[in-house]
Order: sequence, then C-alpha cells, then structure tokens
Amino acid sequence: MVNLTIDGRHIQAEEGSTLLSAARANGIEIPTLCHHEALMPTGSCRMCVVEVSKGGRTRIVTSCIYLAEEGLQVNTKSQRVQEVRKLVLQLLMARCPESEVVREVAKEMGVNPEPRFKTSKDKGKCILCRLCVKACESIVGVSAIGLSGRGQTKKVGGPFMEAPQACIGCGSCVYICPTGHIVMEDDGKGHREIWGKTFNMAQCRTCGRYFAPLEQLSFISKATKVPLESLMVCTSCR
Amino acid sequence: MGRIRTLKDLDLAAKKGLETLFPKKTKIMVGTATSGIAAGALEVYEELKRECEKRKLDIHLSKTGSMGMDSLEPLVEVIEPGKPRLAYGKVTKDKVSPLIDQVVSGSIDGLKPAYRIDDEDDLIRQEKITYGKKIEAKLKGIPKINELPFYKKQLRIALRNCGTIDPENIYEYIARGGYYSLYRALSSMTPEQIIDEVTISGLRGRGGGGFPTGRKWLSCRKAHGDIKYVICNGDEGDPGAYMDRSLMEGDPHSIIEGMVIGAFAIGAHEGFIYVRNEYPLAVANLQKAVEQARELGLLGDDIFKSGFSFDIKIVRGAGAFVCGESTALMTSIEGKAGEPRAKYIHTVEQGIWNRPSNLNNVETWANVPVIIARGGKWFANIGAKNSTGTKVFSLVGKINNVGLVEVPMGITLKEIIYDIGGGIPEGKSFKAVQTGGPSGGCIPADLIDLPVDFDSLWEAGSMMGSGGMIVMDDRTCMVDIARYFFDFLVSESCGKCVPCREGVYQMYEILHDICHGRGKKGDIELLESMGKSIADGSLCALGGSAPNPVLSTIRYFRKEYEAHINKKKCPAGVCRALIKYSILADKCTGCGVCAKRCPVECISGERKKVHIIDQGKCIKCGTCKEVCKFDAIIVE
Ligand SMILES: Cc1cc2nc3c(=O)[nH]c(=O)nc-3n(C[C@H](O)[C@H](O)[C@H](O)COP(=O)(O)O)c2cc1C
Ligand code: SF4
Repeated sequence: MVNLTIDGRHIQAEEGSTLLSAARANGIEIPTLCHHEALMPTGSCRMCVVEVSKGGRTRIVTSCIYLAEEGLQVNTKSQRVQEVRKLVLQLLMARCPESEVVREVAKEMGVNPEPRFKTSKDKGKCILCRLCVKACESIVGVSAIGLSGRGQTKKVGGPFMEAPQACIGCGSCVYICPTGHIVMEDDGKGHREIWGKTFNMAQCRTCGRYFAPLEQLSFISKATKVPLESLMVCTSCR
Repeated sequence: MGRIRTLKDLDLAAKKGLETLFPKKTKIMVGTATSGIAAGALEVYEELKRECEKRKLDIHLSKTGSMGMDSLEPLVEVIEPGKPRLAYGKVTKDKVSPLIDQVVSGSIDGLKPAYRIDDEDDLIRQEKITYGKKIEAKLKGIPKINELPFYKKQLRIALRNCGTIDPENIYEYIARGGYYSLYRALSSMTPEQIIDEVTISGLRGRGGGGFPTGRKWLSCRKAHGDIKYVICNGDEGDPGAYMDRSLMEGDPHSIIEGMVIGAFAIGAHEGFIYVRNEYPLAVANLQKAVEQARELGLLGDDIFKSGFSFDIKIVRGAGAFVCGESTALMTSIEGKAGEPRAKYIHTVEQGIWNRPSNLNNVETWANVPVIIARGGKWFANIGAKNSTGTKVFSLVGKINNVGLVEVPMGITLKEIIYDIGGGIPEGKSFKAVQTGGPSGGCIPADLIDLPVDFDSLWEAGSMMGSGGMIVMDDRTCMVDIARYFFDFLVSESCGKCVPCREGVYQMYEILHDICHGRGKKGDIELLESMGKSIADGSLCALGGSAPNPVLSTIRYFRKEYEAHINKKKCPAGVCRALIKYSILADKCTGCGVCAKRCPVECISGERKKVHIIDQGKCIKCGTCKEVCKFDAIIVE
C-alpha cells in the first residue's frame, strides 16, 4: 500500500494502481474519454491529466498511466488542469461538431465551443480514442483495424483503408466506441455491414433470429475448439 | 589484415592508415559529403580520376567528409609531402584540368587556394602534425585555416576527423587515434571508471534535452535486466539541421567507437543506430564502417580479448520528425508505428522490448572517445560551466557563411553570427535567430550577447535542440516564421494525443489567418493560452515544445503580431495579403524595366514617364522592387 493525498484527502492505494483508479476508488471523479477498464491505457485524450507535486516539483501527468506513489500530492482540479481539459473539449468539439457525447461532457463541465476554431466536416464523430483498435486487438484478438496516417490525417480503418479482411463482424468496436462513430447495419434479412465489409448472418436454430455473423462463429469455433454446429443457437435460446 | 586483438595490432593498423592518410606521394582529396555532392563533388572526383589516368599521374585520390564551409563546395585539397595542405574552393569540373596542371608544375599562380593548413593538433594522439614549409614563399597572401574568421573561433572535437580522413577507410580513422580509447577502456578501465570519467566531463546530451550523459549511463547500468541496449539517435528531423548527417557521413567510426565504450560501461551487448532513410550516404557509410569494424574484430565477440562482445544493427527510419523522440524511436525499432508513449517509467529501465535502453545522440557518442583519451577533466575545462565541451551547429538562413561549425559552448550568438558567420548578407540587419528547430524559439537581436549554452537558451524561451541555427534578417516576418514552423508541426504531429494533434492545427489556422489579414482581436491572447495548455497537456515533448515558436515570437515581437491583426499590415513586408507595392513618382525615371519584368504585366506607363502598378492585378511577387535600379518601388 502507498499513501498519497488527492485533492487534500489522505488516500491509501494499492501498489501498482494508477492515480485514476486510486481516485475513482475513493469517489473522486476524473473525466476520461479514451479510458476503459478492460483495456490498457494509452493516455491519448488527455482529459484525465492531474497536477502532481513531490519534493517541491509540480507537473502535469496523465492519471490513467501514472502510478500511485508514496507521498505524492495530487490535485485533480487545479487551474492548469482545468485549462487543459477545457482546451481538449473545445478542440474535440471543433473536430467532431456532430458528436453529442463530446458536447454533453463539455456542457457538464461548463465549457463552450471556441468560436475561433475551424470546425472539421470530414471526421465524423471519431475522436481517435483508439478504444476500437485496442478492443479488436486485445479482446477479440483479430487486429482487423488499426490506425494509419499522422496528425490530422490519422484515421482508423482496415489496412490501407480498405475493407479489413481479418474482420469477423463481431461489432465489438461498435459497442466500445464512446461517440457512436462506427456504423454497423443489420438489414434484418441475414446481412450485416461494417467497415465496408458485408457478412452473412447465422440464423438461430431454435428461434430463427439472425444473431451473429457466420465468420464470427467459425472464429469462435476455431479458437475454442467447440464445433460450429453447437454454436448455432443464439444466447437467448441457449 | 586480420583481427585486431592487441595494442600491437592496433599500431600496425594505424601504420597502414598513415600510408593513405599522408602518402609519400601527392594526394588529392575531395569533400564528398552531401553538401559537397550537392555542389557537384562527385563529378569533380570522377573528372580527377579520369585526368590522372589520362596523364598517367601517380596521385592518391581520396574522398573525405565536410570541412563545414558550404560556400567553398566543392572543396578539393592538395596534399604534397613537405608542403602545407592547400584547399581549393569551388572547384567545378572544368577547373579540374587547370588544377592538375598546377599540381604538376608546382605553381599556384592560376587557381588560388582558399586557405592552407600548415599544421594541426591531433586531439586524441595529442601531437602536432606539421605539414612542412616548402613553397612558403609562394604562399604569401594565402590565409592559414585558423586565420579565417570562419574557423578561427571553432574547436573541432566531434568533427575532428571530418574533412581529414576517408570515412570509408577504417585504417585512417585508426591512424588518427581511433579505437585507442576503446582499447584503453576495455583493457584498463572498469565500467564504473568509464562512467565516472563521462560524468566528470560534464557531457550533456547533444540531441536537444541536454541530459547529463554520465547520469543516464549510470541509471541504465543500474537498471535490472540481463539484456540491455545502446542506441544512437540519427533521426535528425529538424528543418535546416544537418550536423548529425555530416558526422555520420564523415566520421562514422567515431560514433561506433563511442557506442562500444558506452555499451561496455552500461553492460549492453547489442546496439542500434537509427538513421533516417533520407540520408542514403550516411546509411551507406555507417553500414560500411560497421562491416569493417566487424572484420577487424572491433565489433563482435571478445573485442580486444577482453571477453566483452557487442554488435550494432543499423535501422532505417521513415523520416518522421516524431521518430527522433526517444520512445517513438524505440517503438519504431521494435517494428511498430513510431508513436511516443508516456515516459513515467524511463527508457533506461524499460525501453526497447521493455528492456533497459540507453539512447544518445550522434554527436554525444562521437565525443566519448575523446573524453576517454583526454580525460573528463580536460573536457570539462572546455566550454561553459554547466555546458561543457563544444557544440556543432548548422548555420543557415540569412548569413554570409552558411555551414557547419563547431564551437566551445558559452560563445556568444554574436560571435557565431558575425565572426564565424560573417554577418548578414546585402547589408541587411540581423533580426532574430531560431535555435532548436521547430521545438525551439526565436531569439531577438537585443539578446545577441547571449552565451550559447543549454541553460541560457532555455531561459531565453528557446532551446539548444540538436543544433540548427536559422538566422533571419529584417526582411523576415516573425508571424510568418511561426506559421512556417507550425505548418511543419501540423504534418509531423503523430496524432496520438488531442492537444498536439488538434491544438497545433488550430494554432496554425489562426496564424494563417493573421498572415492573411483575417486576424481577430484576442488572437494573441488565445494563442498564448492555447500554447500553455498544449505544452502542459501533450503526451510527448513534440507537443510539449511545439508552442515555442509562437510563444517566443509573441514574447519578443508582439508588436508585429499587433500590426498584422489591428492595422492589417506586415511590417517586414512579407505577408502578401497585407502589403502593397507602389512606385514613388519622384524617383521613377520611366525606364520601363519593371514593366518588362512584371510576370502579370500589371505595370504601365510611357517611356520616361512615371509608371503605375495596377493593384487589382498585382500578385505581390516583388520582382519590380528587385529590378528597379532607382529604389523607386516601395512596399508598405
Ligand atoms: C519531437 C522530437 C524529436 C527529436 N528528434 C531528435 C533527433 O532527431 N535526434 C536526437 O538526437 N534527438 C532527438 N530528440 C531528443 C531525443 O528524444 C533524446 O532526448 C535524445 O536522442 C537523447 O540523446 P542525448 O541525451 O544524447 O541528447 C527529439 C525529441 C523530440 C521530442
Ligand atoms: S504530443 Fe504530438 S507527437 Fe507527441 S504523442 Fe501527442 S500527438 Fe503525438
């Protein structure tokens, strides 16, 4: 256990836990956009920055990565911290004017759009949090999508921005996307489209509902060695 | 020659090197670094070869690195036994034949040497090399190299061999005392003693941050792990910088030797040199050097029979600025996309493949053999108190002597710009100098007496960076300069984190607006506050330092920003949307030259009568102002 103070409160945290989880475990809220319990943090949205001081030295660090440290003093709401968060939200509102999620977070924090910023029209609702990429890689295990390009041209998609061959159509990326940027369409007639790729859906042997892409089921079958036949029943009928 | 395993072997290799370094016959050397090649040095070299063959002359022809003075390229040196080295500048292909005539006849009446080298100090062997005084009488009026303003205040430690040895010949490097420091380190020093010596030297990283090298090595040595790496950062992505390129091209073994010594001190057995692919000659010379060192047993197993083994791999980078950042570079070496990560766990503990990794800049490594040969104390006596030793700078922009210079730290900007650089061309006045590239800042003319060391530059709102120095004259618009650097940064931000990816882009758009007369009240304050938060909130030091060009120009040239925004004027007359060319009636003689040269034919007037510019058509290219002999055209 390590002892530290967060916003003036004395807190004990487990060795190896991040400042973010130490704060949250004690009911201290730190906003995040690119964080997910189940995935390795990357520190890309910068919403979770906090000010830390130790031995007279003060600096801004990323609480989702920075580990709790004995004697550390953490300020989650200092002026500098607020300024960074405000800027991040204003920048994301300019990048993704359509994103309701970003707008709502900004509203909650009392941040207004900066009228001087140029708004983008071609980025959809993608804030490049990369949760989708990480989920596809480490939860699903197929790494169908990735990031390419630099700076303003950075984008999520399949290799060479083509329909990703490795995609099994499971839709994990859609479920984890915090802004609803990724589009997945089921036509109800046995087809699903995602990332520009069309999947044939399997029909539940019991209720007849189209419940999962065939490719996903065969991927699961291969990975778990359960025969495909036994997977052809949807979760509600199982 | 077989493997070098003992001091005797090394002496033999040195002897072999001397045979070509100072042959008993005439030697002609061409500077074929990239700066020379750009001026046609390779054609000159080929022509020399043809000419010598044609005339059946027994002359030793050789290539060498850069002496630094770009305006003299292609530079050819003639070295004859018993005579001073004579350097001829701007030897184009057509001058080869007359030059050979001169060499054969022994006269120097036709082509005049730019300078002569009578003697020089061999830093490592600590001996004075005297080239002989024959033909002294004929050399009247030809300056000695250390009398030239460009070289007078220079001290070439890192560049000690550039322009003297053939970088493709390991024996010449050895003849200059090369690999003797390695021998000394492996045969008579403990790793701790080596680290102590580097610590005493006060050497700080030349890649930008100025981190004490000894301290870094010690942390890496102490870090847990059986497998450790040493890495050389040769990414050099700053626009206008080419110090590291010149070193890699002109003296690759100095870097390799430094790395083997460092690896031994740290306990690493594998090393990487990360070079950008846009540096083909550097890659080729390094590759060759590594192979030669391997052949002679200076890399590989059981070096100098010490039991210590070490080898180096060369990794080519795709030329992204961000890949020069330590964590991005290491990720790139792992074969992944070069994106930085937070450095809360230092790379000396967890770097490549999470193993302890020690990264140093090209120039940092090249200093190491000298420190081992001469001792840390000797090195610490050079330069300034907290910035010991020398620093290589590439001096570019509006300066008379463009080139590569190596100076003791603590020298003032004024000495670099006026004494070494020869001041500003065309009688213009000095306005500012950008140090540290896109991560650095602009230092104004008032601060020209500033000593050039890590801390003074930092306090002035800039930084040492890797050593690019861009000089600007009074025709430079500081808002435009900030815009230029931001244009670069927008495309070089890796895009991982929001403040840098989006913030730098929005700052660029605002700067672009200001330069185009669309600046708004409050823009300056907005840029300042954005700059602060981007620096605070970015994941890596690219974003952390990106605001510097804007913050420093606002700090020193706020009035210029205000003129653009409030008065819609560009005081330097650069931003096209904000300037107007017009003809002064009392000065115009009606010669008509401007009308003839205007590319859009927007100037009219009868002969010998005052001409006028059609403002609607004018594209503000400035041609008329340049060609008018009567200073009748003004820009407002
Ligand atoms: C965006 C960015 C670019 C960098 N580019 C270089 C580079 O091209 N060469 C270099 O040596 N260091 C570069 N650095 C600094 C390195 O991260 C690192 O500090 C340095 O290589 C360490 O070596 P040193 O201690 O010998 O200076 C860069 C840093 C940043 C943030
Ligand atoms: S600061 Fe810029 S370069 Fe560094 S991680 Fe963030 S986006 Fe990438």
